[in-house]
Amino acid sequence: MSALVPVLRTERLGRKVGDLHIVKDISFELWAGDFLAVTGPSGSGKSSLLRLLNRLDEPAEGTVFVGGRDYRDMAPRELRRRVGMVSQRPFLFPGTVTHNVAFGPDQRGEQVTEGLVSGLLGRVGLAGYEERDVGHLSGGEAQRVSLARTLANSPEVLLLDEPTSALDEKAVMDVERLICSVLAEPGLSGIVVTHDRDQAARMANRVMIVERGEMARIGPTEEVLRA
Amino acid sequence: MLEQFFEEGIALGLAQAGAVSVLVLATVLVARRQGIHLEKESSVAMVRGLVQIVVVGSVLVLLLQGPQWTSVLVLAGMMIAGATIAARRARGIPGAFSISLYGIAFGSGVVIGAMTFLGVIEAGISSLVPVGSMVIASAMRTSSLALDRFHSEVTGHTGEVETKLSLGVAPAAVVSPYVETAVTASLIPHIDSLSSLGIVWIPGLMAGMVLAGTDPVYAAVYQFAVIAMILGASGLTSLVTTLLIRQRAFSAAEQLVLRPEAA
Repeated sequence: MSALVPVLRTERLGRKVGDLHIVKDISFELWAGDFLAVTGPSGSGKSSLLRLLNRLDEPAEGTVFVGGRDYRDMAPRELRRRVGMVSQRPFLFPGTVTHNVAFGPDQRGEQVTEGLVSGLLGRVGLAGYEERDVGHLSGGEAQRVSLARTLANSPEVLLLDEPTSALDEKAVMDVERLICSVLAEPGLSGIVVTHDRDQAARMANRVMIVERGEMARIGPTEEVLRA
Repeated sequence: MLEQFFEEGIALGLAQAGAVSVLVLATVLVARRQGIHLEKESSVAMVRGLVQIVVVGSVLVLLLQGPQWTSVLVLAGMMIAGATIAARRARGIPGAFSISLYGIAFGSGVVIGAMTFLGVIEAGISSLVPVGSMVIASAMRTSSLALDRFHSEVTGHTGEVETKLSLGVAPAAVVSPYVETAVTASLIPHIDSLSSLGIVWIPGLMAGMVLAGTDPVYAAVYQFAVIAMILGASGLTSLVTTLLIRQRAFSAAEQLVLRPEAA
């Protein structure tokens, strides 16, 4: 992908539910290697914005460009493979860790080798967990499996919706560090939604503040959070 | 005992219906004492059922003297009515009426048509309409059950469904476990009916044939054929209904549109 084109760009993106604008007129760019935190009060439209980025919901206005291409011209499955999402709850599927990690490529009929699964589990700090039943994992481990499952699709952009809000304090810090190390790898950019400004400051190099569905501020982390 | 007070015919029939109604009323009152309110729904269903069956009985009297093709119209009317009732139980599902209608029409239409062609159902109105109505009524129940179960499965698992969509999985594959559950659940009553045939219940059709002087063994085998027809029609109805609702559960952009708040 050209370095002159943002990996993801929104253009006056908006969503309405009934007469209410839950996301309104949001335009921003995400460049290769960027890690953007979207923060703001509860119910301000942060998660709704994230759902528009991989088209889980349909925008009422505007659009999103992925690698310079309007996502309405892309097959939804291709879009969601390229723009992966990790949700607040991991929603692991019954079975082993390997079954979960290989799920996306498996469903598309792609070959997933043992080495690939082991490599992904190593990246998320779960080496040796291949045959574990997901029913016996802790919250932090489950969220790591969820991250590995999304990474198995080799996404270009990683969307993270409050990925640590369901975890205890120690697991929060572990998962935070893990996400930062994964996003430090070349070829991957990320957007994390968090209600916690401190977490935004710890994790991201850029911050967007959303209020009442609108983008109030965006810029380098220190600059935005100090304002 | 009722025969002592009423002569045979309509008066005796009404007295029998009245006796059963009193029994149902007593059940409703017992339920009410337990805080379960069935009064309105039960009374409306009872009155509707009585009026409808009497009207159908009267119409049958006329139809039996009419041309054979009228049975097709009657069965088509039953399919539309069945789809309307099934769709009423499926509020919140986009296009529930058309889904039910296609499901019921396909499931019961194929079975009634094939069985009539093979001679399992006599082509005469007196046989085609009553047997066809049993098949259509069962298809209607199956359609209701399949719609309801699929809707609750999907809306109860929106997190899992959207996680799979986010992983780039095709919508058909995403909901395939819920399609399987809905089809299985909708067919349980019919499979149970077939496996309990003759042990737990002796259906009315067989009883009627025996009372009318038919050989009991032939009546039993014919009853099996009818219950098997019902299972076949219900299976087809369930498959078509769930395949259609599977398509309506997602938008063209593969977004989940079947949501709890839409119910």
